[in-house]
Amino acid sequence: MDAQTLLKLLGEGTVQTLIMTLVGTLVSYMIGLPVGVSLITSSPNGIRPMPVYNKVMGFIVNVIRSMPFLILMIAFMPYIRILIGTGIGTAATTAALILAAWPFVARMVEQSLLEVDPGVIEAAQAMGASNMQIIRKVLLLEARPSLLNGAAVATITILGYSAMAGTLGGGGLGDIAIRFGHYRFQPTVMWITIIVLVVLVQIMQEIGIRVAAKLDNRIN
Amino acid sequence: MAENIISLQGVTKEFTTKSGPVVALRDINLDIERGDSYGIIGLSGAGKSTLVRTINLLEEPTEGKVLFDGRVLTGLKSKELNLQRRKISMIFQQFNLLMQRDAVGNICFPLEIAGVPKAEAVAKAEELLKVVDLEERAHSYPSQLSGGQKQRVAIARALASDPEVILCDEATSALDPKTTRSILTLLRKINEERGITLVVITHEMGVIKQLCNKVAVIEGGEIVERGPVKEIFANPKTKAARKLFFPDAGEREMPHVRTAVKNRLRLAFNEQTAYKPIIANMILEIGEPVNMLYANMDALLDEQKGQMVIALSDDKEIAEKQKAYLMKEGVNFTEIPEDSDYYDYPVNGPEEEVSE
Ligand SMILES: Nc1ncnc2c1ncn2[C@@H]1O[C@H](COP(=O)(O)OP(=O)(O)O)[C@@H](O)[C@H]1O
Ligand SMILES: [Mg+2]
Repeated sequence: MDAQTLLKLLGEGTVQTLIMTLVGTLVSYMIGLPVGVSLITSSPNGIRPMPVYNKVMGFIVNVIRSMPFLILMIAFMPYIRILIGTGIGTAATTAALILAAWPFVARMVEQSLLEVDPGVIEAAQAMGASNMQIIRKVLLLEARPSLLNGAAVATITILGYSAMAGTLGGGGLGDIAIRFGHYRFQPTVMWITIIVLVVLVQIMQEIGIRVAAKLDNRIN
Repeated sequence: MAENIISLQGVTKEFTTKSGPVVALRDINLDIERGDSYGIIGLSGAGKSTLVRTINLLEEPTEGKVLFDGRVLTGLKSKELNLQRRKISMIFQQFNLLMQRDAVGNICFPLEIAGVPKAEAVAKAEELLKVVDLEERAHSYPSQLSGGQKQRVAIARALASDPEVILCDEATSALDPKTTRSILTLLRKINEERGITLVVITHEMGVIKQLCNKVAVIEGGEIVERGPVKEIFANPKTKAARKLFFPDAGEREMPHVRTAVKNRLRLAFNEQTAYKPIIANMILEIGEPVNMLYANMDALLDEQKGQMVIALSDDKEIAEKQKAYLMKEGVNFTEIPEDSDYYDYPVNGPEEEVSE
């Protein structure tokens, strides 16, 4: 393979990986963030205890989280195919990513919100804040730095999933690594994809840390 | 006559814990009048926090009613309760400020919740920062403020909603003595100048003395004694009250106060008697020394109060003269029987103990 073809291949792969990762993360947060919040508010010490909901949702989250991503993806591929018409490529992979990642996101969010001082929540209640106001103005804002750090970790995890999905014909950098690097035994391609993945992870980590620190007002 | 702004009627609070039910409050009846600075004092675990938290229903009573300004709060829907809560502010031992908001942002918070336009809220916050003497820290974050400054921000935040009551749960317990005094002075000013009713939870007598006009003593989830601070200070009827009001006498080793000394008297001085050299004059006039065993002068709000334990002459006749002299001078006293604990006897004679 000449350099130009390789570059084009890698460029396309990187873009595909980024799209899968970002769309996957975004949608996972659209599901996982409210679920994470609800796990906190519905807990026995939460602002609106709902024991049954809390137990059931906690169980679902745990079950999905305990399945290794590749197994989950293989198990759900037939249903994803029915749902979106295809079992391979970036669209199918993104669907699988979301399925696997939202419970992970929910737990990350839950962990972040647990760090919010219960005394501050109580102060807001004493002021007559509604539960919605407490969620928006206290929980999410006070936990913002931790939530952002969590988002970086989640994005990186989802990037990792998307690369794994590549081995099952999922597109993106993982796909390139398996097809060219492994099956056609081109170690250069293999190593270049690895380097690209490492660089992407570093960038995301760095962005996460910086944005979180910038938006943290607990300056010392 | 001032009306009751807060009224607890038969309030009982039972917590269910893994090791069984815990009764934190038992049949509490308490009326707090508008403008009062009402202290609630008790040892750790007595139920003070639970009591104050039932007032704004952070803690829902298991039994009984909570009235605020004549309205029953217990059983209100959360929407209506939230509206009432805006008139009852609260400050805490740990300040409970939002760490991600600066001083102005924290003070604006209750106004935001109430839907006050932003510009108006900020203007009010800045004005309140002046009231608590913290204008120059408007844009400091809690992590950049000292404990006393954080409590000032919390007080400004408590004032923002123009409350009728401020509940203070151990508001100075995390502060050093000097900062404590300045915070108490500020709270007193708020009570006096704005007429805001204070409910002051504390385990420290000093707080009650500097800030409160009335006090209730709580022990084991029950109010064992209550009344104007002056009266309780002059004549604490229960052992619990005496221990809280005069902790020194119990903590220090004072065997001479407790044991074999005969003819002991406990004297209570008030505003009229505290400034006169009564004991010195008595010694001069009767020509017989007295043995002073314990003395303590104190200020209640601004009034001078004092406690003293002396031993009279062994001579019966002279001892009678000494007592007559004290009576003439208007000093309240009570005899302490031999071998009895200092706390066991109230000032005005061994009255009935209030049942515990
Ligand atoms: N949420 C709770 N669950 C169980 N027990 C509690 C709870 N809150 C308070 N208690 C118990 O109620 C009693 C009174 O507590 P509290 O009101 O905090 O006392 P204080 O403020 O006077 O130190 C204590 O025995 C305490 O253990
Ligand atoms: Mg307490």
